[in-house]
Amino acid sequence: MFVTRYPSRVGRFITALVLVLALSSCGYNTIPTLEEQAKAKWADVQNNYQRRADLIPNLVATVQGYARQEKEVLTSVIEARAKATQVRIDASQLSDPEKLKQFQDAQNQLSGALGRLLVVSENYPDLKSNQNFLALQSQLEGTENRIAVARRDYIEAVRAYNTELKTFPGVLWAATFFRSSRPMAEFAANDNAQTPPQVKF
Amino acid sequence: MSRLAVARVHLPAAAFLALLCLGIAALAANFPALTGRIVDQANVIPAETRAALEPKLADLEAKSGIQLVVATVTSLEGEEIEPYANELFRTWKLGEKAKNNGVLLLVAPNERRLRIEVGYGLEGTLTDALSKVIIANAITPRFKTGDFGGGISRGVDDIITALTTDSSEWQQRPSLRLDDPGTPRIPTWMFVAGLIAVMVLAVVSPGFRWFLLGMLMNSGGRSGGGWSSGGGRSGGGFSGGGGSSGGGGASGRW
Repeated sequence: MFVTRYPSRVGRFITALVLVLALSSCGYNTIPTLEEQAKAKWADVQNNYQRRADLIPNLVATVQGYARQEKEVLTSVIEARAKATQVRIDASQLSDPEKLKQFQDAQNQLSGALGRLLVVSENYPDLKSNQNFLALQSQLEGTENRIAVARRDYIEAVRAYNTELKTFPGVLWAATFFRSSRPMAEFAANDNAQTPPQVKF
Repeated sequence: MSRLAVARVHLPAAAFLALLCLGIAALAANFPALTGRIVDQANVIPAETRAALEPKLADLEAKSGIQLVVATVTSLEGEEIEPYANELFRTWKLGEKAKNNGVLLLVAPNERRLRIEVGYGLEGTLTDALSKVIIANAITPRFKTGDFGGGISRGVDDIITALTTDSSEWQQRPSLRLDDPGTPRIPTWMFVAGLIAVMVLAVVSPGFRWFLLGMLMNSGGRSGGGWSSGGGRSGGGFSGGGGSSGGGGASGRW
């Protein structure tokens, strides 16, 4: 009895294993791949914000040389920068919308302060024609644009990852092997950090 | 309770639809085809300028691998020039895939906007500030007088000068990009268990050996995703090498 049953049991075991392995070839890697991709995109976002923060001391120093009396605006930029550089999000905190909002708010505040600084600097013709200031201004513009691109890429990556967690066959993997993979929080669509500070007359 | 159940059923479907719509939206922009190093959709570049520029651009690529493409478009289709240029750059995949060394000079005469969009790999050489200077000094003064040929020609000259005078620097620049996702992490025990299972199965079951063979053959063509199409240059025509841009460069108006 036992002897006759033995091969079929092995057969069933093998079938099950083959099934599992076949399944893993159709989508097991997708969740971790998309997750790592989104994390890499987040690193890009954060790097570009950091890059902006790195430009600010130079910018402030240059403006100070021409517009010392604009103390209030200059201080607000320095303070907003200090605050913004304190809020950092590492990749494991990306599923926390609260944390992301904090980051967002701090960066938006800095965007606002920077915008005011640029508006104020319009009143100083010497400053406006200063080569150093012009170079810094174009670097700042470029950085804002890079931030916009990095944010777009990140939003896209998060969308792909979150969708994978909710759709077939990703939903099966999410429910079994990747239970620790949480959907990541998305940026709010209606924030003004996406557009570079506009100089209005 | 039943509403929740309905939501649960529809959520994946909705997410899928959203993704589908996203794909359609991304394709919606009506980009001109990359027909050569100069794509003059707006028809503002005189024939002699074009004839003079094309060998310069080809020469640049032959010497340094940098793909510099000049494009004029009839319309930005309601977009700002920055996202438009970035999307166009990524659609055309300018520059080599590993080096991302492409540059796009985009002119939109009807919107009176232009942009130098710089690939990731050249951001350190053709900086934002330098791009801005080239736009302000070489290009826009000529555009203001309606001299598109002269502005573009002078702009290209300056871009090439900027790219080639400090070539020692970019050649050594390591690619620090995070574009390519690393290999996904799999728990070690799972990996070991899987390996043992595969070996046992391969010994025990002939069917599995075939399956394994099939899987190995399949896995050859898969790539990690992202926007790489692994495109290369084909014999006759001109095409992008798979490069990408993260929004480096500068824009201007006239």
